[in-house]
Formats: sequence, C-alpha cells, structure tokens
Amino acid sequence: MTKVASLEKVLSYITDECVLMYGGFGGVGNPPTLINGILEKGVKDLILIGNDAGFPEIGIGKIVSRERAKKLITTHIGSNPIAGKLMVEGKLEVEFCPQGILAERIRAGGAGLGGILSDIGLGSMIEKGKQKVLVGGKEFLVETPLQADVAIVHAKKADNYGNLIYDKSARNTNPVVATAGKITIAEAEEIVEVGELDPESIITPGIYVDFIVQSKGVDWKWAWE
Amino acid sequence: MGMGVDIRNRIASRAAKEIKDGMIVNLGIGIPSLVSNHLSPDIRVMFHAENGILGMGGSPEKGEEDAMLCNAGGFPVTILPGASYFDSSTAFGMIRGGYLDITILGGLEVSEKGDLANWVIPGKRVPGIGGGMELAEKAKKVIVLMSHVNKNGEPKILKECTLPLTAKNCVDLIITDMAVIEVGGDGFILREVMEPYTVEEVVKSTGAPLTIRMEGNAFD
Repeated sequence: MTKVASLEKVLSYITDECVLMYGGFGGVGNPPTLINGILEKGVKDLILIGNDAGFPEIGIGKIVSRERAKKLITTHIGSNPIAGKLMVEGKLEVEFCPQGILAERIRAGGAGLGGILSDIGLGSMIEKGKQKVLVGGKEFLVETPLQADVAIVHAKKADNYGNLIYDKSARNTNPVVATAGKITIAEAEEIVEVGELDPESIITPGIYVDFIVQSKGVDWKWAWE
Repeated sequence: MGMGVDIRNRIASRAAKEIKDGMIVNLGIGIPSLVSNHLSPDIRVMFHAENGILGMGGSPEKGEEDAMLCNAGGFPVTILPGASYFDSSTAFGMIRGGYLDITILGGLEVSEKGDLANWVIPGKRVPGIGGGMELAEKAKKVIVLMSHVNKNGEPKILKECTLPLTAKNCVDLIITDMAVIEVGGDGFILREVMEPYTVEEVVKSTGAPLTIRMEGNAFD
C-alpha cells in the first residue's frame, strides 16, 4: 500500500470554501508545490488556518495576496502587507489568536480534545466572547479546538506509508497541523520505501497522513535573498 | 522608531548586561534582535526561537544561508553545539511552562504597573499578536527596549497604557535611549540615565512619577 499520489489527485480534495490548514512559519515549511497547485487550480473563498500570512510572494502568502481566501485564522500578518490591506478593505476576515495557543488549538483538534484552558490574553482583546472557567481558583479562557477539511504540510522525507521527518526549523507547526486534517496531504522533498526511515527518528507517524506528493521545491525568492 | 544605529546598539548593549551565563533567552524583533551581538564571549546562553529552535547562533555568512534554518522572523540563523529542533507547540510549551529566564521585547507603551502594549495601533497598524503575549506573560523576566518618546515627542512610559494591552503587569525593566527604568511594586524607579541626558530631561519625557534611585551610570 502506498499513499504516494499525483498532484492532480490530491488537489481534487481542495475545493472552493473548504477549510484549509497549512504548516509553516514565516513561509518556512509551507508546502510550495501544493500552494502552486491550489493557485493554478483556481480554488477560491478558502478558510485558511495557519501561523501567519507568509510574505506577499512567499508561501501561503501567495494564496492570500491573490485573494483566494475569505477568512484567515492566524497569529500574525505583519510580514504580508497585502493581507492587512485586504482586511481593512473588508475582503478578508482575520481572526487573531496567540501563537502558541493557535498551535494548541490545532493539537486539540487533532487529538480529540474539546478544547484547552489557557490564561494567555486574560484582560486583553483576546478574551472577547470566550467562556471563562475557574480551576483551583485561577481563571482560564476556554480555547476551542481547530480542525480542517484538508491539512497540508511540508516534510524533508516521507516513506510511502506517510511517516514524516522534517527539515530543521521548517518543522515548526507542521507536526501539529498534520494531525488536524480530515484529509492530510504531505509534500515531501524525498520519498522512500517503508522501512528506510529509522522509527526513532520519525516525527509524524504515517497514521495522520492520507496522501504524499513529491515536492518540486521552493520556487520563490526568500525575503532575505 | 527613528533612532540611529548607534543608539539602537547602545540600548542593545545595555540589555546584554542583564543576560547571565546559562540563561535561556528569547529575543524579539527590532532592537532586541541586536542584543546577541553584545554578549560577553565568556558567557554561554541558549537562545530560544518560537518556531522551534533552542541554541540559536548568529547570522550565517552571506551565501551560507539555509532557508530551512530561520528564526521566528523568517531570517536565516545558525545553531550552536547542543542545539535542538522541535515543533512550535513544544516551543510555546517551554514559554508557558516558565522555562525562559528572560525575554527582550519591543514596546509601544509601558504603564507603571508593568502593563505592556506592543501589538496594535488601532486604525493604523494591525500586524497581529504572534508570540508576544505568551512571552510577556510567562518569561521570568521581561525587558522592554524602545525609544523613550514616540515620534510626536510624547512619553511612551505612562501611568496607564492607552493602546490595547499585550499583557498586564509583566514588564520588569525598560531600557530606552534616555534611561534604564525598573518597574517596582509602587511605580517606576529611575536607575540609570543615558548620556547626554539629565535626570530632569528624563523626568520631563516620562508620563508617570519616577522614584530616583541611581547606582552609577552603566552607559559608558
């Protein structure tokens, strides 16, 4: 059994208005081939969930700046001024969440939890509309879990069961995002046979991954280049 | 911020003196990112990045950058012996779990209770929160580096913040182009004045009462 699939096949799961969660942090660890495929397919009105809005021409930022998303649940859009402009113009709804709490909400979504209790943002704009609970006399916000129709991640290496190994700091949010998709698609730089990865070194067990596509590599210029 | 490179480096250099051997430190973007350049070579510090690195080193040489090895701002870094990679969920578990000794952040306003506003100017700039709330609330020591006044010459060190808060009652120390100010239990304490300013000028540029308790001038 192999989960290796064509780009065309995996893109058939990504449709207009679907909830799309993506791994990556500042563009690093965003899956470039899947992002380009989504753009070329012409999918629109996506609800995106991920750490940040990338840069205008880097990573997930390409989807945001070409107005393919109607909503973004994220922590930061400062590196993509187009996202800020679209938000101000009312073309993109943005919901901000503290960075580590977004990761935990995604983890909760993938781990079958009803949410998490967090004291981050108590007394700030973040607490607006959120349920509060007392545990041991201390106040916490109830942060709800996040799941997606499709989760897309980037890996350095995958075996054809979908076991994944990441690449240095490009690991970032990818391991939690991989757990929270009804369908999870991993884009890998290198795909090997089952048995070739050391079980001790696998970061994401293949149980979370439905499809693997071969990466064509990053085709954008990094902000520092 | 409008401050020259020399002044930004002077602030960063003063902040570096707060970092002791063996500490785990997270540096924010802007002036805080300059602090690592001013550490004494005799001390060993583990720099933490929110995306998932402990043990970051300095910037790589030009041409030696690795796009898959970047800091939380998306810029290439190196690692030092003993470094580790982990996912962002673990990176924030370290922050919320109280494992960080110091975080050094930028600031828009600080109040005398130690409230910090540094994430949004309503109607102007809405970059988002990022990891600032968690760092400000959970690091053992929070140091804010910023210009003493805003570009209209108005104080940023105030009795109460006017901008939306990042976190309440979190700041321990403020280092600016004019002074070093501690947030005490009963308000601000002026610890050091930076050349060429006088105590009177610092008092005038600060929007809250200052208790003056100087222990010599560290800007040397």
